[in-house]
Amino acid sequence: MNTPLPGTPDAPRLTSVRALAWQRRRAAIGRFWREYRQQRAGMVGLAGLLIIVVLALAAPLISDRDALDVTQATGDRLQPPSLEFPLGTDETGRSVLLLTLWGARISLLVGITATLLAMVIGTLVGIAAGHFGGWLTGLLMRVTDWFIVLPRLVLAIALAAVLGPSLTTIVIAIGVTSWPGTARLIRAQTLAVEARPYLERAKALGAGHWHQMTRHVLPNVMPLVLASTTLEVASAVLAEATLSFLGLGDPSRVSWGSMLSRANSSGAVTYGAWWYLLTPGLAILAVVLCFTLCGRALEAVFNPRLRGR
Amino acid sequence: MTRDPSLVAEPDGPATNPTNASTDDGGRRPGGGDGFVRYLLSKLGGAAISLFMVVLSAFFLFRILGGDPVDALTRDVPTTPAERAALREQLGLDQPLSLQFLHYLQGVLTGDLGESYQYQQPVTTLIGERLGATVLLTGTALVVAASLGLWIGARAGWRQGSRFDKVQVGLSLTLWSAPTFWLGMIIIMVFARYLGLFPINGMVSPHTPPGFWPQTLDTLHHLVLPVLTMASVIYAQYVLVMRSSVLDEKGGDYLVTARAKGLRDDMVRRRHAVPNALLPTVTLVFLQLGGVVGGAILTETVFSWPGLGLLAYQALKIPDLPLLQGTFLFFSSAVILANTAADLVYRFLDPRVRHA
Repeated sequence: MNTPLPGTPDAPRLTSVRALAWQRRRAAIGRFWREYRQQRAGMVGLAGLLIIVVLALAAPLISDRDALDVTQATGDRLQPPSLEFPLGTDETGRSVLLLTLWGARISLLVGITATLLAMVIGTLVGIAAGHFGGWLTGLLMRVTDWFIVLPRLVLAIALAAVLGPSLTTIVIAIGVTSWPGTARLIRAQTLAVEARPYLERAKALGAGHWHQMTRHVLPNVMPLVLASTTLEVASAVLAEATLSFLGLGDPSRVSWGSMLSRANSSGAVTYGAWWYLLTPGLAILAVVLCFTLCGRALEAVFNPRLRGR
Repeated sequence: MTRDPSLVAEPDGPATNPTNASTDDGGRRPGGGDGFVRYLLSKLGGAAISLFMVVLSAFFLFRILGGDPVDALTRDVPTTPAERAALREQLGLDQPLSLQFLHYLQGVLTGDLGESYQYQQPVTTLIGERLGATVLLTGTALVVAASLGLWIGARAGWRQGSRFDKVQVGLSLTLWSAPTFWLGMIIIMVFARYLGLFPINGMVSPHTPPGFWPQTLDTLHHLVLPVLTMASVIYAQYVLVMRSSVLDEKGGDYLVTARAKGLRDDMVRRRHAVPNALLPTVTLVFLQLGGVVGGAILTETVFSWPGLGLLAYQALKIPDLPLLQGTFLFFSSAVILANTAADLVYRFLDPRVRHA
């Protein structure tokens, strides 16, 4: 609906249509922001995320990468919190605080990349299943349902085990196992959009499948994709921690999951090194909770039926 | 309204997110079939296709992506090309893929899942030995989490916005955001390391006297912490799902009727709202079984509980591909079969599906 009408010759009018569209978009964003601001939990989540992302991005400014080097560790083994090490040390004498700070980069990077992968697959499958119909839809939905029922962790473990441990493996394992929810959501929304009259108009004007899907369906399902993405990042961060804990991540990179994995294997639990356990765990908890709060708030904005839940 | 249980799915899949259980209104196909036989056949057919897809994906994952089994078998032994070729022929790897798959399928159907590299024992035997421990842990956790979670969730949803509701939702969201294995480690540290109330790991202490009662009591003693860990995460999901489901029912006209009859608020909730809210919840509970399996793997790993999850973890460490493949096949098939059973039971629970 934002595309200029074909065959309109005068250029100034075209730009004005485009300007109008932009104006409308800005107004929509403004409206959205006003409604989002009403969601208190959502604002808390957003503020928390901003702080965490800024800290993760600023890690190189705050400390040297040498803090992660085992050979240059200055502390003792599993030293409790002190002035020099505010959150204690790990089993090789590195500062847990700095490890957590640097770990945030990997955890967030993997979480977001994996989610993007899942979103692309989910959106493609969902729109195709909603748009085409017939045997293709039947096939796509059967595969989607199959993925929904299947134990995700088991599938991810199997995938990661055959691909070998690395960051890419984790991203693929999470992405490939977490798209079906999005696909279902997008398909439902696509069906709703396609029933609207302006799509009939587009078809009557000779719009092809590609044009219909990218110009009419996709912009309308995007808000839902956004809400779903935010919730998905939360579970992708959890999945990253889980797979790293099981030893499927890149052993040379520090992430929150790999920290907990080493804490478990080095006996920090029975030693009583609470600082080594609590710090990365609470970091995961905080990020996941923030993304979940934001996602729920977005859903409430886009879907008024859920408001106040 | 038709509620085909396999279709009223939660948009974010089993393990991801219990918070938006009621947003997916699309994707429902009309009609449930003409009769029970047809329903039964369609469900069983669907399950058969799903199981076939599991076997196919296991074949693809472990045979095609997983590299050459000959490499894995001869990793530590120097071999000549002739010996390798002989081994390939012996394992049937020189045949075309389609034929290999048929052999593979035959093996799976007859319960031959190969031999574990690590234990030098058939995978089927290993799975059989460990199954009991997993069923005990998962079953107990599920019963605890379901009874508590559904009850609390219904109460929270009924008094939406109250302090009780807010506390419960906050608690559930926090528990749900916590990684299972981390929760387990914290629980070990608090209850076993500092308070010393429960054993740290394992299922039975080696110095427990033989005999039924001492063994059972010791197992129960070991069971407490793993169940607490596993149940906490599942509990959070159930609270959120049940609450959302009760909220959906709360506006129903039949509740106005029930109140107009003069029923106490408590009775309206227990006798009218909750039974209706339970139906969609049951579906979601079964759809989330995959997540429960994931929780079992993590809990067993942290607590060294000698079940299938620990077996999968130990296989992953090597990596022991035949064993990993066996646990993959077993867990996936178990979840699919449980979902199919739920579909069939659901038909008796919900008259709307029965008469559709």
